[in-house]
Amino acid sequence: MILTISLKEFRSLFAIPSTWLILGALQFIFAWFFLARLDAFLQVQSQLAQLANAPGATLAVAAPLLGTVALILMMLIPIFTMRLIAEERRNQTLVLLMSAPVSDIHIVVGKFIGLMLFLLLIITSCMLMVLTLAAGTQLDTGLLLTNVLGLILLAASYTALGLYISSLTAQPVVAAIGALAIFFGLWLVEVSAVDNDNTWRALAPTSHFQNFNIGLINSTDLIFFLLFCSTFLLLTIRRMHNNRIYS
Amino acid sequence: MYNDILGYIYLPIQSASALMSVTAPITLSARNLIRRFGRREVIHGLSLELRHGEVLGLLGHNGAGKSTTLQMLTGALLPHSGEIEICGFDLTRQPQKAKAQTGFLPETPPLYREMSVNDFLIFAAKLHRIPRAQIADALTETKRRCGLQDSGKKIIGTLSKGYQQRIGIAQAIIHQPEVIILDEPTVGLDPSQIRDIRTLIRELGNMHSVILSTHLLGEVESICDRVEIMHHGRLIYGDSSIKMQQYGSQSGFIVTLLAPPALSELQAIAEVQQVDPLSTTQFRILHAANANPSAALLALAAQHGWQAEQLVPLRTRLEDVFMQITQDEKL
Repeated sequence: MILTISLKEFRSLFAIPSTWLILGALQFIFAWFFLARLDAFLQVQSQLAQLANAPGATLAVAAPLLGTVALILMMLIPIFTMRLIAEERRNQTLVLLMSAPVSDIHIVVGKFIGLMLFLLLIITSCMLMVLTLAAGTQLDTGLLLTNVLGLILLAASYTALGLYISSLTAQPVVAAIGALAIFFGLWLVEVSAVDNDNTWRALAPTSHFQNFNIGLINSTDLIFFLLFCSTFLLLTIRRMHNNRIYS
Repeated sequence: MYNDILGYIYLPIQSASALMSVTAPITLSARNLIRRFGRREVIHGLSLELRHGEVLGLLGHNGAGKSTTLQMLTGALLPHSGEIEICGFDLTRQPQKAKAQTGFLPETPPLYREMSVNDFLIFAAKLHRIPRAQIADALTETKRRCGLQDSGKKIIGTLSKGYQQRIGIAQAIIHQPEVIILDEPTVGLDPSQIRDIRTLIRELGNMHSVILSTHLLGEVESICDRVEIMHHGRLIYGDSSIKMQQYGSQSGFIVTLLAPPALSELQAIAEVQQVDPLSTTQFRILHAANANPSAALLALAAQHGWQAEQLVPLRTRLEDVFMQITQDEKL
């Protein structure tokens, strides 16, 4: 049942022209950024060669690119999460799911997985581009894999939070702006923290992604992302149930 | 006034199910439903029952609580107290089993505008747990019933309101539910579409049980076996739709006599209680419910050459009955 809802979400994304436009534009931005980094790397390559422990192409090109992907996902995900519940509520299609023999858990998790499938597609397309580097150099697969894992976890936590904001309102625009504002707030908390051990900093998903970005897998980060996702998914399920009582 | 009286709508012959339904199994029962929005209580202890093969019309003014009631019956809204049982499954304790037996068309059909008709109906079928192997058959059968055979590949958003309404009904019946709940199914349709959809609902009513809300009295007359009138969150009247038409009505008929006699002569006929001239040739004659003077009148007419042309029994229009019932409640 979860799969039915996920696949429907995934497929209906591709029925909208703007999705294709976004996918195309994203790929363009990624390529632009990728080539710029690659160009810079090639220019300093001869100097790097003289260093004892020089950073390779993976660390110099791929990691910064994936860091940018993380930032772009932050701005992109609210646009997609707003459709999930708020728009359905406004178009009065939510009642189809509410009166169908599926539980709130099925609905929420189904929608979450549906959007995650789409985000995986974006991440994969970006990774394919990075993998072209393998033609000219040896890639650091460990670093790449931790980056991918980090990106997926980051996207999942943004999606869970965005989904929750979406479940609070019947106005898609409010849902998108609300989610974007919160993501930005969390990001600013991370950026503005002077001290590295700042507790505020620990609240921001981006700061936990930083570790993955440099190739570190900390159990703290893993637990943070899992807790973040499950908390907001549970809140969304709770909210959907309350919707039947109070709306 | 006189056009009003002549403008009755003839009652189509009701299906036999109205009479049979007393013994048919109960498919839906709701007991003492209470629903509040904030502090305002909008449904006050509503109870109703629906039997297999029955079409029940929920009639009421705007804002009487019809939509809220129907949403509660489908589980989209939870009642604050009271019980709903569908085919023996309690809606709050076994929601998935109970909901599998219902199909719901809300006021606005819940359609994903960007999907094609086929994709949407297949999604609805899966959502209602039809086994994968039977989906194709269910799809063809439902499209045939709703007249959607030629629109399978079209995008829902491009179709007209009438077709969208049909898709709405199709998603509600694709899983052959025991109970079909329709919220104002014919709103916004043109007359021929209304006729098609009414025929479809009548057809569905023979095999399933249907509950529909409406504020169109003609709809009740043409498709419902039974009527419940809702007023301010309460059911104030419930009976078969035939009986409802007789509510508080006065027995009588209108007779056309091309060469009428003096009024007093008509008055003199046995059992006639009152004669009102409607025009120079038409008379409204009222009589007691158990004695009908029409035979005597026609015999006299033939005898005296009054040239009787037309004799139409008087029947109250549903509108009047409805107004009378809701008025009575206010007093």
